Amino acid sequence: MADQGNYRPLSYFQLMEVSLRELLVEKGILTNEQVDAAVEDMRSRTPERGAKVVARAWVDAGFKQRLLENGTKACEELGLDVPALKLLAVENTPQVHNAIVCTLCSCYPRMLLGIPPEWYKSRNYRSRMVREPRAVLAEFGLRIPESTQIRVHDSTADMRYIVLPMRPAGTDGWSEERLATLVNRDSMIGVAVPKGPRD
Amino acid sequence: MVEARFKPGERVKVMKAYPLGHVRTPFYIRGCTGTVERICGAFPNPEELAQMRSGLPALPLYRVRFRQKEVWPDYRGNEDDVLEVEIFQHWLEPADEGNDGRPG
Repeated sequence: MADQGNYRPLSYFQLMEVSLRELLVEKGILTNEQVDAAVEDMRSRTPERGAKVVARAWVDAGFKQRLLENGTKACEELGLDVPALKLLAVENTPQVHNAIVCTLCSCYPRMLLGIPPEWYKSRNYRSRMVREPRAVLAEFGLRIPESTQIRVHDSTADMRYIVLPMRPAGTDGWSEERLATLVNRDSMIGVAVPKGPRD
Repeated sequence: MVEARFKPGERVKVMKAYPLGHVRTPFYIRGCTGTVERICGAFPNPEELAQMRSGLPALPLYRVRFRQKEVWPDYRGNEDDVLEVEIFQHWLEPADEGNDGRPG
């Protein structure tokens, strides 16, 4: 472990996790290998998955159409399993900017973006994003023109959302793989836009 | 599965109710009026699931679009800015005149 020699007592939740895990293993309900595999599976999901979906939508109009109609099915085409939950892709245009929040907890498209960042789970972001989205986006360094409509999506129940950002100008003829490198996590949450070709 | 009571485009009002327990209708949207954007399908009732029950029959789940200016009268920004929230059918009523949003 990286922090060996830097001992700190376990927090309440760490202690709960260790206690519960050890009990489940002791009682034969789970094995340590199964726990490790589940953690590994969670770690293997990163925003690169979402970037792949976005880049495909940028180069393939048919795929984009299918993604907007049924996000879950479209992801299956790319071999991305989006189990049990329904994925809704929401498209940014010059007239509309989309952003995602979960005011109740921290619902997040983990299957495409991995583990949510700390700020996404913070009370500050969750309470203010639905109340003053323009001010919150400005704090992320994203100024949305007054004439652009902002749609904030509060994922309160069984849907999960991904923002389909606009393709940056100056990327004509780029390959899907190269385009995917411009798609950062925050642009798929809607608090940023993708990098430009020279950023 | 419970039959869908509302169609996309219909005006609906979120009930102004405050039951105890696990509820997935945010406080801030209770009592607000919006427009059905789409029907997401039918899902087990989360209020029942939280009590370790089946949550069946599944209830229609809607995405309802609200105008920010109607949710927050002092909202600063474009008149057309909106908020979209997923709300289960049993929390919605037709947005008739004179409906104060209180249950039954």
